[in-house]
Amino acid sequence: MLRFLGFRLLSMLPTLLGVVSLVFLLIHLVPGDPIDVLLGEFAQPVARDALREKLGLNLSLWQQYIQYLSQVLVGDLGVSLRTGEPVTQMILARLPATITLATSAMSFALICAIPLGIVGAWWHHKWPDSLARVVAVAAFSMPSFWLGPVLIFIFAVMLHWLPVGGYSTTSSVILPAITLGLAMMAVLARLLRNTLLEALLAPFVRTVQAKGGGAWRCLQHALRLALLSVLTIFFLQLGVLLTGAILTEAVFAWPGVGNLLVEGLHARDYPLIQGVILFIAVVYTLLTLLAEIVTGWLNPQVRVQGGQT
Amino acid sequence: MRLLMQVAALVGFVCVGIWLAGQPSPEIHLNNLFAAPSMAHLFGTDELGRDVLLRLLQGIITSLTVAGGVVLMAAAIGVPLGLLSGYYKGWPDILLQRVSDIVLSFPGILLAIAIAALLKPGIENIIFALGLLGWVGFYRLARVETQAIAAHDFVHAAKLEGRSLPGILRQHILPNIASPLFVEAVFVMAGAILAEAGLSFLGVGLALETPSLGTMLREGVRTMVVAPHLVIFPGLALMFLTFLFNMVGDAWRDRLDKRSQN
Repeated sequence: MLRFLGFRLLSMLPTLLGVVSLVFLLIHLVPGDPIDVLLGEFAQPVARDALREKLGLNLSLWQQYIQYLSQVLVGDLGVSLRTGEPVTQMILARLPATITLATSAMSFALICAIPLGIVGAWWHHKWPDSLARVVAVAAFSMPSFWLGPVLIFIFAVMLHWLPVGGYSTTSSVILPAITLGLAMMAVLARLLRNTLLEALLAPFVRTVQAKGGGAWRCLQHALRLALLSVLTIFFLQLGVLLTGAILTEAVFAWPGVGNLLVEGLHARDYPLIQGVILFIAVVYTLLTLLAEIVTGWLNPQVRVQGGQT
Repeated sequence: MRLLMQVAALVGFVCVGIWLAGQPSPEIHLNNLFAAPSMAHLFGTDELGRDVLLRLLQGIITSLTVAGGVVLMAAAIGVPLGLLSGYYKGWPDILLQRVSDIVLSFPGILLAIAIAALLKPGIENIIFALGLLGWVGFYRLARVETQAIAAHDFVHAAKLEGRSLPGILRQHILPNIASPLFVEAVFVMAGAILAEAGLSFLGVGLALETPSLGTMLREGVRTMVVAPHLVIFPGLALMFLTFLFNMVGDAWRDRLDKRSQN
């Protein structure tokens, strides 16, 4: 296990370096002069030169790269053009709200996916299964920037049950969490249904049945196996949740990291945009690593293969 | 029969598109703002009194244009690189693999947001931003399929006959890997339609005056309290479009799987 862990951690370093390099290169890869877009076409030459200097674009590419790398290594993501605050601090200030939203969405997804998956597997190819399938497909194909407004309209504007947006009371988290977690719920429910169905037909469940175990005991045994694969995908889906949070936070004016990015986009605050993008990409890479480690921990086969290559 | 119906539907779509392209933009009627759906305006009117149905159809054409452009760009980059990478092994293959790993370590549309933020809003720029991400899927698929085909005897025979490299890739390998690439193209289009709407919703996609499902949703959300139909219809259209492409992609993939089993 230690060898597997070490191997995984080491193999991630080049990927992380690549991610940082790509985020750095973006402003150089884009055709045309990005200063035009950031300041508008009719900006004074003095302002253009000042911004160029502020973004470090007047140095040579290598100098810029070395400077950027050394800054990122110590956690310095530059300074926001609009507020003058360090980007790292701005992100850290917004992080708790995003974590609250993500954990609520995850909990919602898990709590709803498990019963839906069990219903689908237990009554497979009967009407509860079809119903669960329709719910899952509908949930999966709804984009968050449509589902969110519709939920706001029904539960906040028409029924006045929940707040429209922002983060003022505990109940503010309910609608964003449903919006963000619904697609994940659909994925997990379908996956649990399929793996549970396989597990229910496995020989060990027949043994339980032969020994006189009732339906409930069979389900318990099969569920233990099926939940393992669900857990693996669950960790992989965490990263997807993170990007989904950008759109969801924008819809609900949720004061998280995703909304910080949207504010940066509207203000054309490039250091802020660059910093948040890098932050999300690095967290996503780390979550993928976490998913691999969990898989290796749960499944020795993966551990051995991964350590040997 | 099913394929025939799909082709007929596609031809129908294109005809409607050509007809719509000739139509003028929906007129502005400032005395008829936010009208609810009625017989005169089936889907109601928007914040400038324009007919929502007509604008929605134009938005769908925009979405399909973006999707088509993204697929063309992504395939134009990804397929040749995949062919070369799969046929020749060695350092270019390893290098390209690493690059695609790095692009894939950005979740979803994150990288597209960053690229689009540095470009002016516009159809060609959003195609550029999404195409720059989409090539990875084509590259990986083309690479794996090429590796499988290149091991066959007929490829060796062509090589021994002295065929040139472009000749072998075009005549012997490309036709054999085309079907999975087409399936990938359909899924890339579904993804591009959603991504365009998402980027436009965030304000880094298309300019607000361009009719598109994303810009309509962005505008509609602001006035949702007085005119919910401005949010509901573009959203339903978006779901319908992505659902359609995903269904077609699934059906084609199933056919392909069945054929490879036989």
